[in-house]
Amino acid sequence: MNEAAKGKQYPPFTYEVGLEKIREYANAIGAPEAVHRDRDAAREAGFRDVVAPPMFAVVYSAGAVAPGILDPEVGINLGRMLHASQEFVWGEPVVAGDVIETTATLVNLYEAAGREFYVFETVSRNQDGQEVVRGTWTNIVR
Amino acid sequence: MNEGDQIDELRVTPDKYLPHRYAGASGDFNPIHIDKEFATAVGLPSNILHGLYGMAQVARAVQAAAGGDPRRVRRLAVQFRGMGLPEQEIVVSGTVRSVSDGAAVVDVEAAQGENRIIRNAEAEITL
Repeated sequence: MNEAAKGKQYPPFTYEVGLEKIREYANAIGAPEAVHRDRDAAREAGFRDVVAPPMFAVVYSAGAVAPGILDPEVGINLGRMLHASQEFVWGEPVVAGDVIETTATLVNLYEAAGREFYVFETVSRNQDGQEVVRGTWTNIVR
Repeated sequence: MNEGDQIDELRVTPDKYLPHRYAGASGDFNPIHIDKEFATAVGLPSNILHGLYGMAQVARAVQAAAGGDPRRVRRLAVQFRGMGLPEQEIVVSGTVRSVSDGAAVVDVEAAQGENRIIRNAEAEITL
């Protein structure tokens, strides 16, 4: 493993959140709450607009991790890679119309029990600089 | 919400085409999820569910326990283990591990029969 890649940061990934994309995602996962579809319901509940389900975080932030997974300097063997674990810590809710910028960092890489572990952290902020989510993405190469 | 309480079980059966809809919604078109022929050619039993779709079902159960309010879902950490399959019921269950400082920590898992597709999941809900 290339220990020198530890701490490597990737360019920010920008994602503009569309109302219909939130609805499409909410329908795909079966989220029942009206705040994920209906503007009036969302505003009545105190959101600025239709709010994304928490796990919509993958939609706007995964694109920030992709360059790290494909980075030859990191050298992940994609054919043997598994997404082993995932954590999100949420902050300000994400609503339709937000512009989210996500930065990914390879925070750790190590070998354990004959496997390689690659840990990326992402930090996503909205157009006002508020943190909306912090993600930890752990990939294993067997 | 008290220590030892069970959260309401969530049951959902992803239909045959769900992986296609989730692929479109999420942008993850890895053929192991949407192409049965490809998946079986690489040694999988069938096309398999996206792990993050399973995590989204865990998040749904946690959000329901938080009164449906996404603002109260503060944190979710999961481990992906068994492979999830379309057309089999997913059952998400959880137990409140601790309650302190205005937050509850809930242990959650998702299973299809005996196959626990998400284990050791830990969620934090604002009270």
